[in-house]
Order: sequence, then structure tokens, then C-alpha cells
Amino acid sequence: MSNIGSYDERIKDFSWALSEKELEYRDGDVINIGWYCSDRICQQGNGDKPALIWEGLGGVEKRYTFNDVRLASNTIGHFLRGLGISAEDRVCLFMDKIPELYLGFLGVLKIGAIAQPLFSAFGDESLYVRLENARTKAIITQRKHVGKVRKIVEKMPWLEHIIIVDHDGKKELKERETVFSLENADPVEQFEIHPTTAESPSVLHYTSGTTGQPKGVKHVHYSLISQYLTARWVLDLQDGDIYWCTADPGWVTGTSYGIIGPWSLGITQCVLDTGFSPDSWYKFIQKNRVTVWYSAPTAIRSLMKAGSEKVKEYDLSSLRHLASVGEPLNAEAVIWSEKVFGRPFLDTYWQTETGSMMLTNFPGMKVKPGSMGKPFPGIIATVVDVDTFEPIAEPGKVGLIAFKPGWPAMMRTYWNNEETYNSKFINGWYLPGDRAHIDNEGYFWFTGRDDDVINTGGHLVSPFEVESALLEHEAVAESAVVAKPDEVNMEVVKAFVTLKPGFEPGPDLELKIMNFIRKKLSPLAMPQEIEYVDNLPKTRSGKIMRRLLHAREWGEEIGDTSTLEDDE
Amino acid sequence: MDEMQKMVLEYVIDEYLEDEDEELTVDTPLISGGIVDSFSMVSLKRFLENKYNISIPDDKATPEAFDSVNKICALVKEFI
Repeated sequence: MSNIGSYDERIKDFSWALSEKELEYRDGDVINIGWYCSDRICQQGNGDKPALIWEGLGGVEKRYTFNDVRLASNTIGHFLRGLGISAEDRVCLFMDKIPELYLGFLGVLKIGAIAQPLFSAFGDESLYVRLENARTKAIITQRKHVGKVRKIVEKMPWLEHIIIVDHDGKKELKERETVFSLENADPVEQFEIHPTTAESPSVLHYTSGTTGQPKGVKHVHYSLISQYLTARWVLDLQDGDIYWCTADPGWVTGTSYGIIGPWSLGITQCVLDTGFSPDSWYKFIQKNRVTVWYSAPTAIRSLMKAGSEKVKEYDLSSLRHLASVGEPLNAEAVIWSEKVFGRPFLDTYWQTETGSMMLTNFPGMKVKPGSMGKPFPGIIATVVDVDTFEPIAEPGKVGLIAFKPGWPAMMRTYWNNEETYNSKFINGWYLPGDRAHIDNEGYFWFTGRDDDVINTGGHLVSPFEVESALLEHEAVAESAVVAKPDEVNMEVVKAFVTLKPGFEPGPDLELKIMNFIRKKLSPLAMPQEIEYVDNLPKTRSGKIMRRLLHAREWGEEIGDTSTLEDDE
Repeated sequence: MDEMQKMVLEYVIDEYLEDEDEELTVDTPLISGGIVDSFSMVSLKRFLENKYNISIPDDKATPEAFDSVNKICALVKEFI
């Protein structure tokens, strides 16, 4: 029997009070995610239960019980307090998927500071704009990434501490750098957790938009109420489960469902901190007897590419529930997963701003391959007309996905950007920026983004950010960046560039520009293709018409070109 | 170590290795070891194609085929 039981029964008279009751939370109480994910589980008598099974390169394994998690997060919190970090200070976690990332996240929350996780593959420029926006006070990182921090540290007088968790003493520390070793620190048994309340800020995740710099999405401790119940009902996490969320906590899935959801439920989870390969993933599932697996369409399609025969080389019979997030899961992947794993991947739809799952396929519900599923109980969802923003009653008609604000994990604002935050609400609806239609049985079907943001492998890349970085390359005069279709990643970045006098187009220059962006921003933002053009299509007012280039890449109608300056 | 192994190894160290103290050999796992991710693999493939004036079909450019300098060299030799 699944945790949710009957979806149709659950949506009747649903109230988030159900989640509050299970978490023994009452309005006005102290609520601290760090405490709920460790101390509370220990108080329930599960301190000895494994919380984290971590595997790194070369099969190195580390295991932590919930009591270990409690002690480690206390210890990290104590260390941070000792440095003068206090409530609502921003602390960036800039690490690979090592245990210190998971434990440090809870440690930051326990002192009431705001956790700012950032993807460790970000280059120095991507890192800087996010730290600058948040005025981050401390960054916790690894030796291998400290070079990127050093490159920009002079521009960041507000950044008081650079904490290195694996310093080996071979190289001298520089100004503001300090060392913390979890293994060598004295465990802190008694720790005063900061009395955060429902609206106390907890996590700051950055997400990209079409224009402007990345936006810092502010979440609060009350988000736990949504994250707990969605993990219980959609991921169907149960007491004996071994759960694997493949997402990196540098992104929201990795915190909402890679830390908060499972640990608030007292579930054992495992983490594989190595690169992707079908063999290593299947081996990891087999070795740990994973039962619930939450992954992404890009990974699933890569596994499909590796073939069904590969699956047969491993014993994956422990798997009982599979779910997916990040981008629309195509019908072929759903059908394939049912064939080879004996159960389908169930698509879930949500985003950084929503903080928790919104539209999902539920255990026990009829699966329509390729559909996003139905709204989570308590979520009022529809599609609205693109002009009037009124709900569309007609099944099959495409509109903008819209949610009634008010669920617990909803973002509270964009950091220092209230204007953009307010622009996301129209006619009483929150608009996440995607288009869909609803069929006659209430299932949602994704049809595309409503803006120019590129969704590559489930990660959003801002064309503006890449275009700005391209202009910093010595050879590039002008640039336009669009999404290009891709079999595995759904979309990848493609750049059109014009060159400055004295530079010749060619494959070597293309590679140089690609690597320039990869190091400056991130591998995700690196154009997978660069096309040299003599001119970019522009409006008469000089604005680059990205949509023409996008339409060409996707084989779509170009549409109205009456404002075009001249033909390319 | 032949010329090709040396060339590819140097390129990977210069372009992808973040930890200066990490020692890389021709057998170090690159993709499964997290040194080169699947997105960055595209630029590594482009480097090989430019350098050796070859075209590596996408279905041959798998994470397994790019998982070490030795494997990469073996792949490149198929197309020279």
C-alpha cells in the first residue's frame, strides 16, 4: 500500500494541517529544518538508523547514522558561530556531493543562517555574481575549488571567511581562509539551535531568467511542511527504504528532496559522488539495494542509450518506486523504464521557486506516459490564457501554467529583487513560465517554456548570461544565444557570434570560445555549437531577435518579421 | 607513453583538472571520476577532432569511450 492511498480521497478536504500534525508543529512554534532532519529523528529513537551512505571515487564509502548527522551538524554550526556567523547571514556551500555538503547544510540552518548552495562546477564569474547578490559572509568549500574563490576574493570585501574542509597543509592558507576538518573536530553533543520560526529564511537558491542576473530564490523554514508531505506521498518513502536522489544539492532538487524530504522522514539515503556512467549507476543501485530512485530525464535517456541489455547485467530487483524531475519526461522514457525496471519513472513538475512538487504522477494513479500528472493535494493549478490570464476551461487548449499562491514551500521573494518577484504574479496567479494544456481527465501536458531560458539537462541557463560572457572574449563582437534541440539533454546552448576585425572563424577559435565560457560560467552554459555569422538579426531599434534564431534551430515558423532591421 | 597519450594527458590536465594536487595518469577515470562531465566532454571531443583532423561519430563518443586518456587514444586511432 502506498503512503498516499487514494489520490481522489486525499484531495477531498485536504489541509496542510495534516503535515503540521505529523510533524507535531503548531502555529507559532519554533521550526528549524536542521533540528527536524536530525535531532527529532534521534528523539524518536532512530539515532542508530543509517541516514547517509556515501560513496566517492574508487569505491570509498562513508556511513553516518542520524545521531552522527545530529552531532556533525551541531559541530559545524558551533564552528560557524565561533567565526561570528549569526542568524540570517548567508553561508555559501560550494562543494561536490561530499558528506560535508549535506551535514554543513543542516549546520548552517541550525544557527539560523541562510544556506546558499551553489553548483561546484560553476566558474568564477558565475560564483561571483551569486555571492555579490547575496553579500555572502562565508563560503564553505574544498581545496579543489578554492582557486576559483581566490580569483574573485579581492572584489568581495563582505566575504569574511573562506572555510576549506579538506585542507592537507601542503599549501599556505591565504587571507580570510580557515580550515575546518569534521574528522578532527570535537563532536558537539549539546547545541543550542537557533529558534527560527515559520517565516525565518532558510535557503537561498539561484535560478536563471531570460534577462538580468540570476535571481536568489528565498525560502523559509516553513517549506518543510510541503517538502515532508510531498516526499511521503509522491516519493512514497517508507521506513525500510533506501533512497537515492541523484540531484546535486547545488540545485533545489538536491536540497528539497536530497536532504530535507527524506531526512525529515527519517529515511536512509545514499549518495554517489562520482561522474555518470550507466555501469557505475547500476552497480550503485545493486550494491546498496536502492528501493526508491529519484532522477532526471537526461540521465534516464542516457541510460536508454546504453541499452536494455546493460540493465540485465545487474540485479536491480530492489527498486520499487521511480520518479523523475528537471524537464519533461518523454513518453518513450516512461515506457522504456517500465519495460526494463518493471515500473515506470513517474514525472514530477516543480521548480526552484515552488520549493516542492506541484504537478505529479502519484503511486497507484493511472500513468499517461509523457504527462506531467495532476496537482498535489492542496495545490490549485490551471492553465491561463496568455492574454487575459483567465483560466482556460477547454481541454487540450494550451495556456500558461498557473498556481494559486499559498502553499508552504512557495518562495517568499527574490533576494534584493522584489520587482521581478512581483512580476511573477498576475491576476492572482503565480506563473512559473511554462506552457501546458490539460486533458479531459485533468492531466497536465507540458508544451514548452514561455521565455528564452534554456533548459539543458534539467538546469536553466540564461541566454543573457552567456551572451554577456561571450562579449568578454577578445574575438567576439556580438552574440546571440538560443536553445538547440538535443536528444539526451532536451536542449543545449547554441551561440551565434560575429567576430571583431582581425579574427578568422574556424574550429580552433570555436573551441577556445567554448572553453572560455565553460571556465567562466559552467559546463552547462558552454555552447555546444558556435555558428559564425556576418550579422545578427535585429529589430530596427537594434535589439537582437533571438526568436528568429530559435525558430530556425527548431524548424518552426519564423512569424512576424516586420520589425526586422534587415535580412541576415 | 606515446606522443598522442602525452598530448591528450596534458590537455586534460590544463583544461579540466581543478585540483592542482591531483595526479592524473593515462588510466585515471575521467568521466566516472568526475574530472570531465558529460557537457565538457563535447569540448574534449572537439579538441580531438580539431587536433587529429577526424570526425568522431556521436554514437562512438560515449562516457565509457572517454573515461581515460588511454581509452580516448584508442578511440582516436580508430578514425585516423
